[in-house]
Amino acid sequence: MFKTSYRRDLLPWLVPGCILVAWQATAQLGFIPARILPAPTQVLSAALKLVRSGEIFRHIGVSSLRALAGLLVGGSIGFVFGLLNGLSRTSDRLLNSTFQMVRNVPHLALIPLCILWFGIDEGSKVFLVAFGVFFPIYLNTYHGIQNVDPGLIEMGRVYGLSGYQLFRDILFPAAVPSILVGVRYALGIMWLTLIVAETVSASSGIGYMTMTAREFLQTDIIVLGILIYALLGKLADVSTLFLEQRWLAWHPAFQKTA
Amino acid sequence: MSSQTAALRAHNYIDAAAGAEIQLSNVSKNFGSHAVLKDLNLVVRPGEFLAIVGRSGCGKSTLLRLIAGLDQADSGDIKVNGQPAQKNAQQIRVMFQDARLLPWKRVLQNVGIGARGDWQAKALSALADVGLNARANEWPSVLSGGQKQRVALARALMSHPQVLLLDEPLGALDALTRLEMQKLIERVWLRQRFTAILITHDVTEAVTLADRIVVLEDRVVSLIRSVEHARPRALGNPELGKIEAQILERLLDAKG
Repeated sequence: MFKTSYRRDLLPWLVPGCILVAWQATAQLGFIPARILPAPTQVLSAALKLVRSGEIFRHIGVSSLRALAGLLVGGSIGFVFGLLNGLSRTSDRLLNSTFQMVRNVPHLALIPLCILWFGIDEGSKVFLVAFGVFFPIYLNTYHGIQNVDPGLIEMGRVYGLSGYQLFRDILFPAAVPSILVGVRYALGIMWLTLIVAETVSASSGIGYMTMTAREFLQTDIIVLGILIYALLGKLADVSTLFLEQRWLAWHPAFQKTA
Repeated sequence: MSSQTAALRAHNYIDAAAGAEIQLSNVSKNFGSHAVLKDLNLVVRPGEFLAIVGRSGCGKSTLLRLIAGLDQADSGDIKVNGQPAQKNAQQIRVMFQDARLLPWKRVLQNVGIGARGDWQAKALSALADVGLNARANEWPSVLSGGQKQRVALARALMSHPQVLLLDEPLGALDALTRLEMQKLIERVWLRQRFTAILITHDVTEAVTLADRIVVLEDRVVSLIRSVEHARPRALGNPELGKIEAQILERLLDAKG
């Protein structure tokens, strides 16, 4: 019993482990020059150096702060408009087609404009991230509210629910699964936007760190930066999974089978 | 048999206060240019168990929705205890074909939906009435179809309504669960004496449960048949079978 669950937990790590071993072996045997792709051990030592100097924490801190600020701003605006347009037909007719139009603009195309507007410091990055995460959260909140089973709403009315009570007991909980899907998408877009924005123009952050490393041909630090992005992305994903398990305990898909 | 019936009716009369009287006069309802109900007249007595049968699309569900106040009649009057249905909204409860439980609330919270004040004890006793008090803290998704409908019944009865409208609530259940549910509904009705209106296409079910059976046909009431047999009614009673055959014949004739 214990053995099978142990094996099941390890299985997802098998492929990454093999890749790591193969990577180390090819680098060690000199198949790939360190300038192209440094060995994992070299990346590790670069990481240790940056940890010791404390530089890495500063960059991660700056990047995370930008990401979270953008998510908070764009996410809450998207959430509010999603609710508004999902609940009110007038607001829906007034705003939805505009949002759908703007949605089709690739938000990374705004980078030059952003630099002109906000310069290269925090404002432009937060704006871009906020702009990027707005749409997935807006759309999923909107659809979540609109697709609530009308039978449940009717039942609620029979039982005397209306206004805020109807929202709290029926509309909002019904929309939560869809909203969380939106959050998950938004987190992906959040990191992507930040990576691009920091790489193009920044004076701190992980993107800045890798771009500086490129100028000095420090491939190990570039690879380290990529790995940090991957880890942060995974962390974001795991935290939404945690939220899903907490908030969707009622959902058959999230119930642990006894 | 007749003395038993008389006793039951006397009982019915004494408890009549628990149920509301429903009066429909000249009720019409159209969907677009298609008339579903036309000048329909019907009086449901306080505490009576009325079944409405008819072919699909004969407007029986529409009629129920009008009484519940979920839809508005185009013309005519619907009165519950002499007042418009909207004024009695809290006295009228509906059981739908699907249970319509909120999947994100535990069973007990589902029963207590819309209730104010100290409702937990009442909700628990309503659950006990349908035999599900042990499942109070579970999610609805783990219950079977029949159990979900029992929770829906407990939810409807928790506030001791004067009217219970049943819109084919047993239609989606398997035959055995269905018989159990019929017995359960009859038992709580005998105890609480609300006015019950059951929409069904199952004539056997109507004959088993109802004091009177209304056949809805061609937008109006085409037949009203009293069933005065003692409860609980045994399966395969020949006299009930005769009533059943009579109503079925009527429904089949309606086609020609």
